[in-house]
Amino acid sequence: MKKLNRRSFIKGGLATTAAAAVLKEKTSVASGDFDNYPEGMGVIVDLTRCVGCRSCEAACNKEQGLPEPAEPFDDFSVFDQIHHGQKRRTDESKYTVVNRYDPPEIDHPLFRKIQCNHCNEPACLTSCFVNAYTKTPEGAVIYNSKVCVGCRTCMVACPFYIPTFKYSKAFTPKIMKCIFCYDTRLKNGKPPACVEACPQEALTFGKRKDVLKIGKQRIRETPGKYVDHIYGEHEVGGTAWMYLSSVPFDKVGFDTHVPKEPIINSVKEFLAMVPMVLTIWPGLFVGFHLLATRKDKIKELEMEKEAKAKKANENDKKEEQV
Amino acid sequence: MQTRKKILRTAIALTTGALLFAPGLALAMDADDAPESITIDSMANLYSAVEFDHLMHTEYASCAECHHHTTGVPVADPNCIRCHAYTPEGDDVSCTGCHEANRFDKEYLDTLNDPQIYHIDKPGLKGAYHLNCIGCHEAIDGPTGCQDCHTMTEAGEERFDTGKHAPAGGSSGAHH
Repeated sequence: MKKLNRRSFIKGGLATTAAAAVLKEKTSVASGDFDNYPEGMGVIVDLTRCVGCRSCEAACNKEQGLPEPAEPFDDFSVFDQIHHGQKRRTDESKYTVVNRYDPPEIDHPLFRKIQCNHCNEPACLTSCFVNAYTKTPEGAVIYNSKVCVGCRTCMVACPFYIPTFKYSKAFTPKIMKCIFCYDTRLKNGKPPACVEACPQEALTFGKRKDVLKIGKQRIRETPGKYVDHIYGEHEVGGTAWMYLSSVPFDKVGFDTHVPKEPIINSVKEFLAMVPMVLTIWPGLFVGFHLLATRKDKIKELEMEKEAKAKKANENDKKEEQV
Repeated sequence: MQTRKKILRTAIALTTGALLFAPGLALAMDADDAPESITIDSMANLYSAVEFDHLMHTEYASCAECHHHTTGVPVADPNCIRCHAYTPEGDDVSCTGCHEANRFDKEYLDTLNDPQIYHIDKPGLKGAYHLNCIGCHEAIDGPTGCQDCHTMTEAGEERFDTGKHAPAGGSSGAHH
């Protein structure tokens, strides 16, 4: 067996740690450089245009073959519903929901449609350990129930609380969320059903970079109408669905504390540490342990030798006496 | 109306020089030129066609408020004035002349890629109607409920799970 002395062991350990550090540096650069499918599609939602007609909800329900709603889609009393202290949200029977807000700054209500925002670097995708999620070049974040194991980590990871779980079927796990009408429309160049249904063109569909331009043009050319911000341009590293509003976004239910960079960036340092902890640390610390206990072992061996020698001596003496 | 237009066009031809100085005056249409009523049915599907009382609406709004710069009546919006301060009457003043009914057709969307185009944000026909109508109706307390202007069809009831297609136990027909 090749003998490992202290010097060569420490040398080797340092080299592996340095290699891990270099690798980590490389991966973070690569992730930051990902240019998010520049030809991907997007939608800009203009809160000043939405009148809360719920046509988008009805269109989504039919397009996605979702279950019959509890209330008709022309029932506007749903805007007063509160579940667990919160306004309506997406669930296994609805991929999109419109809620009414009454900000005190203005004399009329505003309506906000929620659905999957189709992040450029989705946290659901990053968090999924079986790769059930895909960000398509068209811009949609789609989901494959065939590989899903139903761990629901994506539901925790999503900064917008969008993916929901089909609790009604316990043995065939399925995450239910807006897929940008990918299979039936987007991949054929058509807008999602909600966009086509909107009578007010509160939803404007096009390439993400183009609708972003449109949003900026609206802000610039109608001074005072909008707050000077497009929600989703930079939030969580950019989303395909973006919003324009006439009041500050936190007044109409938006989380304005989400980071301006992809969620992956918040956990990347930790994730890069995982292989190092799992592969290098065991060897490193076993080595330290062996080094620290080497002298004791030598002592032990020496003591054993001494004891043996003593015994042998005593035996010799006995034999002499006999 | 046709003969009047012909005379007008002859006058235009004869007074080209004058046009350079006062095109708005020579070309402006007025409410008398307009039809009394228009049936808006090109997109009727979930809702039935709208019988639009054009004459009645001319009492509430100037031509430019709905037809923008196309009727030769000067526009008021400072942003439009930048280019359309002296735009003469257009050949087509109807909504469909500019606002695309097939808003999401690839051919139409491709035309928006022209870097020379300023109006990249022009609403389609459905959007143009609703944005213009509802915006004004809200401002002057006109009717704003969906079925105040167009009644829902059978296909609409199916789409909205209402009327005949209402979910068992659910309420229906509620309005804002």
